[in-house]
Amino acid sequence: MLNDLTIATAAKRLRRGELSAVDLTRAALDRIAATDLALNAFLTVTADAALAAAAAADAALKRGVGVGPLTGIPIAIKDVIATKGVRTTAASKILDGFVPSYDATVTSRLKDAGAVIVGKVNCDEFAMGSSNENSAYGVTRNPWDLARVPGGSSGGSAASVAAGQALAALGTDTGGSIRLPAAYTGIVGLKPTYGRVSRFGVIAYASSLDQVGPLARDVTDAALLLGVLAGHDPRDSTSVDRPVPDYAAAIAGGVAGAHSLRVALPREYFGAGLQPEVERAVRAAADVLRDAGAVLHEASLPHTEYGVACYYVLAPAEASSNLARYDGIRYGLRAPSAASLLDLYRDTREAGFGREVKRRIMLGTYVLSSGYYDAYYLKAQKVRTLIRRDFERVFADADVIVTPVAPTTAFRIGEKATDPLAMYLSDVLTIGVNLAGLPAIVAPCGRDASGLPIGLQIVGPPFGEEIVLRAARAFEAATDWHALRPPDVAGREAPP
Amino acid sequence: MSLRLGAYESVIGLEVHAELLTASKIFCGCSAAFGAPPNQHTCSVCLGMPGMLPVLNRRVVEFAVRAGLATHCRIAPVSRWARKNYFYPDLCKGYQISQYELPICEAGWIDVPLEGGAKRVRLTRIHMEEDTGKNIHDAHGGGSLVDFNRSGVPLLEIVSEPDLTWPAEAGAYLRTLRSILQYLQICDGNMEEGSFRCDANCSVRPRGATALGTKVEIKNMNSFRAVERAIAYELERQVRVLEEGGTLVQETRLWDPDREETRPMRSKESAHDYRYFPDPDLPPLALPASFVEDVRRTLPELPDARRARFVSALGLPDYDAEVLTARRDLADYFEAVVAAHPNAKAASNWVMGDILRLVREQRLDDAPTITRWPVTAAHLGALIALIDGGTISGKIAKTVFEDMLGSGDAPAEIVERRGLVQVSDEGPIVAAIDRVLAANATKVEEYRGGKDKLFGFFVGQVMKATGGKANPGLVNDLLKRKLAG
Repeated sequence: MLNDLTIATAAKRLRRGELSAVDLTRAALDRIAATDLALNAFLTVTADAALAAAAAADAALKRGVGVGPLTGIPIAIKDVIATKGVRTTAASKILDGFVPSYDATVTSRLKDAGAVIVGKVNCDEFAMGSSNENSAYGVTRNPWDLARVPGGSSGGSAASVAAGQALAALGTDTGGSIRLPAAYTGIVGLKPTYGRVSRFGVIAYASSLDQVGPLARDVTDAALLLGVLAGHDPRDSTSVDRPVPDYAAAIAGGVAGAHSLRVALPREYFGAGLQPEVERAVRAAADVLRDAGAVLHEASLPHTEYGVACYYVLAPAEASSNLARYDGIRYGLRAPSAASLLDLYRDTREAGFGREVKRRIMLGTYVLSSGYYDAYYLKAQKVRTLIRRDFERVFADADVIVTPVAPTTAFRIGEKATDPLAMYLSDVLTIGVNLAGLPAIVAPCGRDASGLPIGLQIVGPPFGEEIVLRAARAFEAATDWHALRPPDVAGREAPP
Repeated sequence: MSLRLGAYESVIGLEVHAELLTASKIFCGCSAAFGAPPNQHTCSVCLGMPGMLPVLNRRVVEFAVRAGLATHCRIAPVSRWARKNYFYPDLCKGYQISQYELPICEAGWIDVPLEGGAKRVRLTRIHMEEDTGKNIHDAHGGGSLVDFNRSGVPLLEIVSEPDLTWPAEAGAYLRTLRSILQYLQICDGNMEEGSFRCDANCSVRPRGATALGTKVEIKNMNSFRAVERAIAYELERQVRVLEEGGTLVQETRLWDPDREETRPMRSKESAHDYRYFPDPDLPPLALPASFVEDVRRTLPELPDARRARFVSALGLPDYDAEVLTARRDLADYFEAVVAAHPNAKAASNWVMGDILRLVREQRLDDAPTITRWPVTAAHLGALIALIDGGTISGKIAKTVFEDMLGSGDAPAEIVERRGLVQVSDEGPIVAAIDRVLAANATKVEEYRGGKDKLFGFFVGQVMKATGGKANPGLVNDLLKRKLAG
């Protein structure tokens, strides 16, 4: 089926003329129409623009000029990423109907590479969440089991790729928001090094942690997409001016890429609370790498246990400031007929923000307040430095670190919705990577007894995208997990 | 202005916000110019749209370093950007990007000329920040509108130590500081347009006490005069409160120029907690020593140095040098006159006399920089050259000057057109003397009889007879000879 193609295969067929971009795009749009009642992955479908872009792609392919690496490939974009002329809501009511007059740099890069944007996908409001339940527009469902969450915050991105609604999607990752959904839906997700991909036009949650990355069917596609997204952007002062390597070349060795790779297994990531099937699958994955020539050793990241606490001080602190601009004055929601300026602010933000966003704004405001700053914000910054140093020490003797992505497989919708702390702990194995600014990839490495996917996380040193891609590709080439597809949910409706 | 402070003494510190004369804003490419129709100089960045990010304008850093070097500050090798968080409609992001813990300049000073000599005033810090937009109230049917043209215009905040005592010292400090910024060409110093704004921190304490009293911040003063009057009012108010047995609260008060009083702006209860923290969108600003040295090399001559040079190299009296260097534009004009004709003292007399009088009469100095002078420097130089060359007398020069003001013509043209060339031929002068002496035979007798004072009368008659064009020196010589004859 067209919808199950990888980008690499589809691109090859498009170039050979065996497939038209319009047909491929129609297939994606049909698939969205057939499955999104069940999944609720899309907030906006840009069918007309997508078909027009596909027709232009076909013309370019026919002429053989202006063909980019993604020409004619249907891709979905997380709704925290600005798309010129297309509603961009961050899955929040406060940005209901907001249409940006600009593209994010990553959006332009996709368009310049020839991609066909099929629409904007659901997520946790302002990317704050681990389950997609915090969207103001309803939860996205996991195509493997509609009663379960797809993970968050890039849940719509992950579900759309897993269910064949798009060949790939863009997500953002602040504390695990690409990797957790990729693991829960059995696809590949890559969070680049902080500064590798531009944040210009990406609605900020926590600016020192946010990073855009691809969600894709396999490692090859992730490498291809990263090559399109990565690179210096003068409009983002935190973007790093550093050459973009040839990621396709990095993975060309296949299984051989694992040869003499030094793999560290941090004991803190295999501790109590891990679902036994998850631990077994990840250890088995490490053994696959060993069998392919990698050298395994145990390591320690001693400050891991402080990661969640550190994150839930720093990220809300930044968020409390980043979200101050949604005040009802210039765009987005405005509460009607407020009596005073203070009422206007209060009513607008009361009506516009969801519970979790409010919780984090309050947390962040508190930790930055006079008298508490040193005890919380400053202390958390120090902890962040310690966590970064943990990783530096391990990378002195290791090329990559291999860990599980989450303590469990996808949980049921509603299971943790009333317990924020339990929800926050879903990110315990992904947050350290963000605090240290490192690149990490997630690839499927097994299934639990219920048939739900299990993910493998491979972490690299700063700007070590090539090595994590190489390791992930070696694993993928030696296994079949990436070929598994969820059951077809076409025509189904969401369970009550 | 006399202050009634009784048994108290006053302590004043000033915070100046100076808008920088960069072409573009601090974090985007929009024009930073003043006066465009509302919201014309805006883009997604300076409107705080979702996902937009700041990119630092390097020119702002250069201007800040210029200011720091000119005020003897330490330039921080690494400074940091911070967010100052508060809600207001003119603040589009809900935070202002500023500097907090690590400002770009610290620990400087300037010498402020006062009547009893210069006073050294220490600067705590200078930091960079973005300006906010402007709320416009009741302009359209009672509602409020916001103009974001000013949002993101670069500012320097310059904070003094509480080294000032009197309102007049505060005024002198501000004038000196403004002059330095104008010399550096980084701020136009226009208080009315708000490109040079001042907040004052004032307190009083019993004479001789070392601890500082309760500090009150005064805002909304849009002229030097307003600053001095507001501080004077506030100091007296504070003394009055204390003398009546009351206590002062730390607060912000607004100066009301119509009622000539300060009024509380916001109470302590609603005081802002700005929740400063490092801005994660901007990396720390590292300045290589070479950058600072490059800026140092391009620093223009500052008022102190220029004043000294006018005395030592041009031979001007101290007073002239002081007056002429008080404003950069005035000093530039004066130097242009001297460049046209090298007679510094004559140029100084003309500039400090007729030119400054006219500038004040015509209110040309209301603009932050005088661009239109009563006569051009080249023409004034040429006029002085005509006097020094003997072509016209000083008296005729006044006539020529008046003509220049009206016609704008070059002095030589005017002299030619009006036939004002000085007569230095003996023939016509002797003829005129003969006529005058013949017509005043009685007075000639009286003069020769010892009434020396009549000499002036004869000179005047001869000048009159020659239409004022006769060379006065020659008239003197010839007349003396004839009368002695």
